[in-house]
Amino acid sequence: MEMVNLYINGKEVAAPTGSTIMQAADLAGIEIPRLCYDPDLSALGACRLCVVEVKGNRLLPASCVTPVMSGMEVFTESPAVIEARRTILELLVANHPLDCMTCDKLGACKLADYCYHYGVKESPFAGGEKHQYKCDDSNPFIIRDLNKCILCGACVRACEEMTGQDNLSYLYRGFHRKATTAGDVDYAQSDCVFCGQCVALCPTGALTEKTMAGQGRRWEIERVRTTCPFCGTGCNFDLAVKDGKVIGVLSNPDSPVNGRSLCVKGRFGWDFIYNEKRLTTPLIKKNGQFEAASWDEAFDLIAQKFNAIKDEYGPDSFAALSSARCTNEENYLVQKFTRAYMGTNNVDHCART
Amino acid sequence: MAGLATTFGSGAMTNPINDISNEAELMLLIGTNTTEAHPVIGYKMRQAARKGCKMIVCDPRRIDLVDDADYWIRHNPGTDIPLLNGMMHIIIKEGLEDKEFVAERTENYEALKATVEAYNPEYVAELTGISVDDLYTVARLYATTDKAMIFYTLGITEHICGTRNVMSIANLAMLTGHVGRPGTGVCPIRGQNNVQGACDMGALPNVFPAYQAVNNDEIRSKFEQAWGVSLPANIGLKIPEMFEAAHAGKVKAMYILGENPVLTDPNANHIKEALENLDFLVVQELFLTETAEFADVILPAASFSECDGTFTSTERRVQRVRKAIEPLPGQANWQTICQMSTRLGYTMQYDHPGQIWDEMAALSPSMAGINYERIDQVGLHWPCPSTDHPGTPFLHAGKFTRGLGIFQPSDHIPPGEMPDEEYPFLLSTGRILYHYNVTTPYSKGINSMWDREQAEVNPLDAEKLELETGSRVIVTSRRGQVSSEVKVSDRVMPGMIWMSFHHTATPTNELTSHHLDPITGTGEYKVCAVRIEKIE
Ligand code: SF4
Ligand code: SF4
Ligand code: SF4
Ligand code: SF4
Ligand code: FES
Repeated sequence: MEMVNLYINGKEVAAPTGSTIMQAADLAGIEIPRLCYDPDLSALGACRLCVVEVKGNRLLPASCVTPVMSGMEVFTESPAVIEARRTILELLVANHPLDCMTCDKLGACKLADYCYHYGVKESPFAGGEKHQYKCDDSNPFIIRDLNKCILCGACVRACEEMTGQDNLSYLYRGFHRKATTAGDVDYAQSDCVFCGQCVALCPTGALTEKTMAGQGRRWEIERVRTTCPFCGTGCNFDLAVKDGKVIGVLSNPDSPVNGRSLCVKGRFGWDFIYNEKRLTTPLIKKNGQFEAASWDEAFDLIAQKFNAIKDEYGPDSFAALSSARCTNEENYLVQKFTRAYMGTNNVDHCART
Repeated sequence: MAGLATTFGSGAMTNPINDISNEAELMLLIGTNTTEAHPVIGYKMRQAARKGCKMIVCDPRRIDLVDDADYWIRHNPGTDIPLLNGMMHIIIKEGLEDKEFVAERTENYEALKATVEAYNPEYVAELTGISVDDLYTVARLYATTDKAMIFYTLGITEHICGTRNVMSIANLAMLTGHVGRPGTGVCPIRGQNNVQGACDMGALPNVFPAYQAVNNDEIRSKFEQAWGVSLPANIGLKIPEMFEAAHAGKVKAMYILGENPVLTDPNANHIKEALENLDFLVVQELFLTETAEFADVILPAASFSECDGTFTSTERRVQRVRKAIEPLPGQANWQTICQMSTRLGYTMQYDHPGQIWDEMAALSPSMAGINYERIDQVGLHWPCPSTDHPGTPFLHAGKFTRGLGIFQPSDHIPPGEMPDEEYPFLLSTGRILYHYNVTTPYSKGINSMWDREQAEVNPLDAEKLELETGSRVIVTSRRGQVSSEVKVSDRVMPGMIWMSFHHTATPTNELTSHHLDPITGTGEYKVCAVRIEKIE
């Protein structure tokens, strides 16, 4: 790979030819703020929060779309840059419902984080018109509050470039411009397949997981990395856990197969674990009715019956059906029990492939 | 999976999923509605197609990926073998086969050549209903593209000739040298999250973990030593045989872990009778399922979020599952199985599932190099014989698992049951995006959006039967009867009705055929004959 050398904040760094200033900075471990850039999406260059100063350039270029050049001298936090970023944030905040106290995204909201970083708390531009969009909670999975939208376009690109569903685009002009569905209908009425990629990539509280609403602040959530229990693709994600309870699923960018992509089942199907029909105690059938029993009673009865049947009819009168839904370890134990103790190879699993 | 195991020596997906995005120049999809059954793989295919990778979709139904495909082959249900043989006929006639690959890495080529000789384009067009031109186009495109991958799922295996279908796919890949390199291969995308792992762990009547045969004396004595018992050498019963034996009163007791064959197996009534006939049934389950209703004892199961362990994905990647919350029933499934076994008289004692894995891995050469520490962050693909082995993302490089790949030519085998005057419609079944077999209906969110069956019927048929979307119908086959709502859609061909099998209120599998693939015992879910009547 051909490399170019440049200077960022006075430090000499090398980057592959054709990279952007932002990529070069990322490689060198220098953080440039960004709202619309995402490594998994095409670069849009829309928010301009990533501007930097380049020696000899009068304008402040957006680092996410500006290629590096040999010998370039870049400053990522110069007074001019900071000034420009503050103005951009002030403009965004001017027509933003500053709901951070109750917003479910706080703690994972880039807008709030950057405002904090640059000390933007109120806007000299405030007082103008504000959006009064109706919140879309037409479906059980996603809350869409476009009053908090900063038009970074991540959702539009995620829907097109990750899922390929092409369900979102920009409608209207000027102040009324909106990242929304065709015909500006609610998600439930659109072609949405509820993969939630738009939610995973939205940098603000405009798109959030409905199950997590009011369940806890982002910094209180423990993330437990795991593998999806639905199909054989093997997507990884994090279970969001608060006070010993799962409250949602969050994408984990380190997932080797799926990155931050998931489908509706993996992202939103987990709530079956709290269905009130879950069985929590052993049940023994007595006179055709199931009655709750202790583990001891259940194991005693099983031991007595299985052993008696094995003694009377021989090992092959027993058969076990293991599960393509359960873990490897559970499957190993089932076949070991069947073979080693029951003495039969009558073990199979329901494999619809 | 017997088809690939016979031809290649391993039944598993040959190449990794990420080859779709990183390597492939052509994807041939046959009998897989990927965006619905394996959505994230489907999304990757769609992105690859949009970036210029060619895509051929062979499916009687107009699945979503047809919109992004370069070619759509709408062949008649149950005519996969003629289609594949027809492609191979053209490839051989035009000299497009990979002669070096065929000579060096395969055997039985002459037999293949002799079989496909009869499948001239005109004959194939007649059987499959596709045009001769399309057949030429896709045959040439697949043969002449350097990196071409084939994907299939249940649309191929759930036929009376499922194994033969798979072998025919393997024939095509070998004929053109599309195996053993990145961006090529034959990829059966496995259905459920851990169906690969259940097989790998030996939850099969003929093999111990890692496909080690129970009737091999040396292997058996290895397990006998490890487990401290003597072990049976005779091959056990496959699922359909188990239920037959239960019917016949030979199998008296069963233990069923986390499966619901009453809802998911073909010919549900037959299964119910078998379960009824048992002396004693234990079911370990999350919910009181249709199958659990028949139990004498139900042991409450813990969900994936309550247990530590591993799943093995369709690409043979072993990945961690982690306990995030305390088990709702108070204990994890592995603990329940151990306690049950111990109570019966065979002690099983582990402190953590990692120890169970290690015991298995020590007995399984192809997984010996995998342990929890190594897969803590990123899962590994087996075969992985030692702890310094990086895992094997693609199989059969330079050499097939069985040595030479063997061509297994097949002739056309028509479905076991075809529409006739009394049952004029062809019913095909499958999955929809929003459900996964048996757990998703318990997700309130998912179920509130997609809570009922919507049988797809072609507009032409809908007109004749005076149906519109939302009408209700009774669907009757020789085996049973269910009612369903209808969705009028040109996704299905005229003369065809398509249904899923996720909804208790419409137990589609009461209709499906009793015909089985004689080799795997897989039910013919994809084709049976039914009658449709409108309910006023
Ligand atoms: S989206 Fe961000 S800035 Fe807006 S209210 Fe929520 S946390 Fe605050
Ligand atoms: S909804 Fe979120 S992702 Fe979409 S444009 Fe608005 S802020 Fe960006
Ligand atoms: S949930 Fe998925 S399909 Fe729906 S709008 Fe978001 S990205 Fe698009
Ligand atoms: S998230 Fe969807 S595609 Fe991924 S493993 Fe789960 S069910 Fe399959
Ligand atoms: S991050 Fe560069 S313009 Fe938005």
